[in-house]
Amino acid sequence: MSKSQMIQTDRGSVLTAQEIAEIDAELGHVPYKSGAAIDALKIVQAKRGWVSDECLQAIARHLEMSAEELEGVATFYNLIYRRPVGEKVILFCDSVSCWICGCDDIKQKISAALGVDYGETTADNQYTLLPVPCLGACDRAPVMMVGDDLVTHLDEAKVKALFGDVKVEAGGDQ
Amino acid sequence: MPTIFVDGQELQVNDGENILEACLNAGLDLPYFCWHPAMGSIGSCRQCALVQYQNEEDTRGRIVMGCMTGVTEGARFSLNAENASEFREAVVESLMLNHPHDCPVCAEGGECHLQDMTVMVGHRDRRYKGKKNTYRNQYLGPLIHHEMNRCITCYRCERYYKDYAGGRDLGAQASHDHLYFGRHEEGVLENEFSGNLVEVCPTGVFTDKPFLKQYSRKWDLQSAPSICTGCAVGCNTAPGERYGKLKRVHNRYNHEVNGYFLCDRGRFGSGYINSDARLDYAGIKKPDGSFMAVHQQQALTTAASWMQGKKVVGIGSPRASMEANYLLRELVGAENFSSGFSDTDSDLMAAVLKILKTTKASNPTIKQMETADAILVLGEDVTNTAPRAALAMRQALRNKSFELAEQIGLPKWQDAAVRNLAQDQLSPMIVVSAMDTRLDDVASHCISLAPDQIAEFAVMVVEAMAGEAVADKQAKQVASILQQAKNPLIVSGTSMQHRGIINGAVAVAEALISKDSNVMLSLCVPEANSLGSAMLSKGSKTLSQLVSTVADADVLLVMENDLERRLSAGQIDLLTADGTQVIAMDVLENNTLGASDMVLPAASFAESEGTLVNMEGRAQRYFPVFQPAAERLASWQWLLKLAAETGHKSLSKLQHFDQVVAACAESQSDLAGLIDAAPDHSFRDRGLKIPRQTHRYSGRTAMNAAVSVHEPQQPKDTETPLSYSMEGLNRDQPSSLRPYVWSPGWNSNQSLQKFQAEVDGPLKGGTAGKRLIVSSSKGAVSKAPKSTMEMQPHQWQLIPVHRVHGSDELSVSTDEIAELAGYACIALGSVVAEKLGVDTGDGVCVSVDGEEVSLEVQILQRVAKNCIGFSAGYGETLSLHAGSTASLSKDTNWQRRSPQLIASDRTIADPVIIDGGSAHV
Amino acid sequence: MEKVLTRNIGLEQEPTNLKAYEANGGYQGLRKAMAQMSPKDCQDVISASNLRGRGGAGFPTGMKWSFVPAAEKSTPGHRYLVCNADEMEPGTFKDRLLMECDPHQLIEGMILAAYTIGADISYIFIRGEYIVAIQRLRDALAECYGAGLLGENILGSGYSLHMHVHPSAGRYICGEETALINALEGKRANPRAKPPFPQVSGLWGRPTIVNNVETLCNIPHIIDRGADWFKTLGLGEDAGTKLFGVSGKVNNPGCWELPMGTPIREIIEQHAGGMQDGYQLKGFLPGGGSTDFLTAEHLDLAMDYNVIGAAGSRMGTGTMIILDDRTCPVGMVLNLIRFFAHESCGFCTPCRDGLPWSRQVLQDIEEGRGQPEDLETLAYQVRYIGAIGNTHCALAPGAMEPLQSALKYFYNDFKQHISAGRCPYH
Repeated sequence: MSKSQMIQTDRGSVLTAQEIAEIDAELGHVPYKSGAAIDALKIVQAKRGWVSDECLQAIARHLEMSAEELEGVATFYNLIYRRPVGEKVILFCDSVSCWICGCDDIKQKISAALGVDYGETTADNQYTLLPVPCLGACDRAPVMMVGDDLVTHLDEAKVKALFGDVKVEAGGDQ
Repeated sequence: MPTIFVDGQELQVNDGENILEACLNAGLDLPYFCWHPAMGSIGSCRQCALVQYQNEEDTRGRIVMGCMTGVTEGARFSLNAENASEFREAVVESLMLNHPHDCPVCAEGGECHLQDMTVMVGHRDRRYKGKKNTYRNQYLGPLIHHEMNRCITCYRCERYYKDYAGGRDLGAQASHDHLYFGRHEEGVLENEFSGNLVEVCPTGVFTDKPFLKQYSRKWDLQSAPSICTGCAVGCNTAPGERYGKLKRVHNRYNHEVNGYFLCDRGRFGSGYINSDARLDYAGIKKPDGSFMAVHQQQALTTAASWMQGKKVVGIGSPRASMEANYLLRELVGAENFSSGFSDTDSDLMAAVLKILKTTKASNPTIKQMETADAILVLGEDVTNTAPRAALAMRQALRNKSFELAEQIGLPKWQDAAVRNLAQDQLSPMIVVSAMDTRLDDVASHCISLAPDQIAEFAVMVVEAMAGEAVADKQAKQVASILQQAKNPLIVSGTSMQHRGIINGAVAVAEALISKDSNVMLSLCVPEANSLGSAMLSKGSKTLSQLVSTVADADVLLVMENDLERRLSAGQIDLLTADGTQVIAMDVLENNTLGASDMVLPAASFAESEGTLVNMEGRAQRYFPVFQPAAERLASWQWLLKLAAETGHKSLSKLQHFDQVVAACAESQSDLAGLIDAAPDHSFRDRGLKIPRQTHRYSGRTAMNAAVSVHEPQQPKDTETPLSYSMEGLNRDQPSSLRPYVWSPGWNSNQSLQKFQAEVDGPLKGGTAGKRLIVSSSKGAVSKAPKSTMEMQPHQWQLIPVHRVHGSDELSVSTDEIAELAGYACIALGSVVAEKLGVDTGDGVCVSVDGEEVSLEVQILQRVAKNCIGFSAGYGETLSLHAGSTASLSKDTNWQRRSPQLIASDRTIADPVIIDGGSAHV
Repeated sequence: MEKVLTRNIGLEQEPTNLKAYEANGGYQGLRKAMAQMSPKDCQDVISASNLRGRGGAGFPTGMKWSFVPAAEKSTPGHRYLVCNADEMEPGTFKDRLLMECDPHQLIEGMILAAYTIGADISYIFIRGEYIVAIQRLRDALAECYGAGLLGENILGSGYSLHMHVHPSAGRYICGEETALINALEGKRANPRAKPPFPQVSGLWGRPTIVNNVETLCNIPHIIDRGADWFKTLGLGEDAGTKLFGVSGKVNNPGCWELPMGTPIREIIEQHAGGMQDGYQLKGFLPGGGSTDFLTAEHLDLAMDYNVIGAAGSRMGTGTMIILDDRTCPVGMVLNLIRFFAHESCGFCTPCRDGLPWSRQVLQDIEEGRGQPEDLETLAYQVRYIGAIGNTHCALAPGAMEPLQSALKYFYNDFKQHISAGRCPYH
């Protein structure tokens, strides 16, 4: 499903039946519906990459909370994206151990290779680059996550192997 | 009472309070931001820091937050310790990192708690060299202006709006030093109490938008103690004036009534006073139907010539003062007087008055309503008919959480902790109504019944409580909930125009009376002085009776009453028929004035003095904030002058307001307390009258220089203890005479605590107002009649739907309120809407007795069988009456309206047309 | 030394293989407790074992549990056990190992802890980025439900417990136990005021215990083998073993299970292989980003809570971050303060606005714009933000620990930055 297909104007049917089923499954162990707010945001984001205004409103209605209440929750957390992100999010660790091991240089190389800075998405919509607090793999620093994969012992060669060719293939359909 | 030591000073403090409260009670200046006396502590701003010592030997101590630390016997603190002072200054310095230096253009400037606290901690020089964070502001509707850059992140707005007032559309977003307080998207704040954000915010994030358009500094406002005329709660207000315009209305603390908060009708609904459409001069109708302006004396002479030796009848008003109603009654004689209620209201108010005088259930103050541990609401949408009382009911629902907190030794003021403990548990509240109410969101039970069935339901609850066999499960459940409560509160009122519901409420309340419970019965009544008018109705006529006899009368005097809202068109025609000279006085122009032979411009509540009796039976006095312009006069003055002009025997002896009050008080025993509503004009504080102006009032000699360079003499006030001056003291006077709060170093409304006997307690100057109605004995209350309306198929019973913005006669003439009031609607359940083939925004033709009116459809969550609602008090719906049967049809010629709410300072794009939506069935 | 927590790690077995776990002694503690121990017996053993919380604060676990009110003294309803698996302290990488490589050990510890405090529902609150650990825990939970180790009537004991994995939406502050509880409730994760403590009013207002992964992983072994055995494991005053880690410019960064009280020098020089060629040790944070720097003079101290405390730092998570002589201490502190400022929940003023102020001063110094009076400002900020009690929770005081100790040990570095108008390390 492409991103554009997901944007629907009829607010009542923004969430898919599967999303609703998954959210409802979480409701079993919370005493009131808004208790599942974070689970619901994550469920919707897992399918769509991010949480649009329409989705946020739909989740809020489903959980019988106001959009403001859910917005407050959604914008509090680092890993709930309220703006579109690329196919994969790069969570680049810039915490202390990785910093000691030279992550600033690596970050510059990634930025150069992808043509994006923190908070930006590549023109081909493949990657969004975000900083992340310590990833708990300091013995293998510098590290980052690309999508669900942890990439350790980062160096110039690894950056090149991962992203070396990406920037020219803008709009690539992979 | 524990003893604590602060900087060596021994303080006797209250059990269970926190150190911040103890310090404020002792008169110490301990700065704070996030703590609020009505909302308790959360410990977020860290401003009220002091040092606590383990014992006498401990010289280092540790920093604690005053608001988060309970008092314990012998505890030792220092407010002045160097590290505490340094810490408090550091807190302000950090708050100032991002706070703009825009005080000169900020509406809060001069009454900003942040300014006060900054000065108090001695912060002077900025060390931070970084850039300030900036934010995008939101459009929040016509009432509230949003300026996020000024935010110091104290969380007060969110806590007030969500936790206290039950609003859902404002909250904290994002985190770290990027917190944002606003809506999910721009739009009008939904909550009826949003205006309190202006006073709750310690700086200028939320400011009074109408005030901004005609702004003056707090110190330049002339103020007087006033009473809101928006409904029968009688909130105490402090309106402010400059240049002859009412600039704004602030809350005026009354411990037993409104506390710290007003509803938006009360705060913003007085703008009509500045309307250009108000009359400046009296007018006499010319043969061509237009009015000729005449001077006061000419009008009086003419009126007297009409009246002398003729039969004069008078119609008073439940929105006018006791004094004016009394004078009119005396002028025309009780037998020729009508209080001005509609016939239904007249009947209902007589019943309410009788109930309040005779029932053994207590009639609670608004504050006492907060003590209820179970609430039954019968037929009333309290948020829309007595808004401030509904806010108190919301607080009562938290008693469940306080009970839980007590079990684990958690003090009430630990606000966040108490909420976390109780989660979504609330004390029970059962709302029995024909359709949605604005308290449904916190009700434990919502029961949808038509008015007759509500009355029957009450009877069943009574029967269930008496142990009789009752088939209705819900009635049994409600009976059991109420019987378990220690302080049950029964709330009903007149808004359904149904006597049976009120009787049912009384029956339930009285059935609950026992040794161990304090049963409260609160009855909402329609207007600011409805109860007072009812008290003055003895021996007088109903409007219909007056209409039927008016043909014999030569002159009809109508005071502050738009008869269109009380009588049918046919009845009005009879009243104003040729042969009867009609003299009408009112604040705003209306059709009654238009149909009169003489019109007299009446002063508004802000330009006159008077006494109103609220739903608690409390007589409260309001005073003129400023002198009425041109030849407007208070109604009581018009009437007194007419009495003099016509040589009325007893009334022509009266000259002053206080004499009128005294005469009214003497006229019947239950009004004796009127004179105690406030001190009379002879009151002096250290020889001086109470100044309406602050001691910093500026421009006195220059503000009118554009008109004349000669310094005008200050107007004299011979009627009240207040002066149009800055000379005098505003310190220890009785609370009914306090025009504003200010204390050295405390320029904001937070200075209130300097006038409270203790934090969140009564004022040092006593509680303003005097309660006139004290229940005495148990009277017989007629059982609710078991009459059920027979509905024909396709016929519907009309239910009045009251709205904070729109249903009130005067406030809706304020631009911002009119904008919020929107269009009158017909409120349907979704099933009915489906049957009719209509959706929100479509038109429905409502037909009653052959008369038709087309209204916009609004769809409700819950509606009792066979019921439809209509917006009450709207011009379009004046022909519709509660209880009438109507037939409905889709209005096929209806043009859907674009959203009406377009703020003057913002344009809205054309409404988006959505393909395939559910707009049409 | 006997491996306890990591005995299954590195073996050639699937981490989520219940059979293999049981074959190596797994669920013995649970079977023992279910068959012959009352909750009070378990409580007594844990209290006697002197186990201290491994999440950073080192609070005695038995004492923490003992504050849960007795069932008869509390209103009826659920009780909760929550595993704090929100490992996010900069430089900390121990819980990931335990969860990825031996999820059943954690689950067994949780069941025992829940049994002891009378909890009927438990949660594993885990970092959302720990994709592998989340999956392995979920697989292991499914195995447990299948084997009657979770759910109704566990092992026929009559005791029932349900367990859920809650992947976090990501915030450092969720590691604070009351913030974590707010996050579990689907709310903004602002820490709560204490008291009331979670033991009395925690998740959904009910009695709740929140324990760190490593703490809980110790429980099965203590129950199985007794408090006295556990106490013999430590070299010094603290009981048991601990996962210690080292990151930075050492030859062999990693994480090892060692006895409590192992000397720092042994950890850095033997296990981490000493400093890389061309690098000297200038200082180190002994237990994550929110602990005070120690220096070479402290290398012979034992990794015990009180010993490290007496030296002016904290054992924290026991995972050390090494500052070498070619890395700028000002830059390192700036990195940490930037992290803490960003991860502040924004609830209280000193943290929300004070940390960005410190960040700005440090950035000025690091980038050559520092002024001599900036050092006074930093000292002022340490006084203002650094004391527990000044702030709503421990985040900001923790953030001040590396700053205040850097000002103590590396003051000349700060001065050189200011006098030279640039960072001398670049």
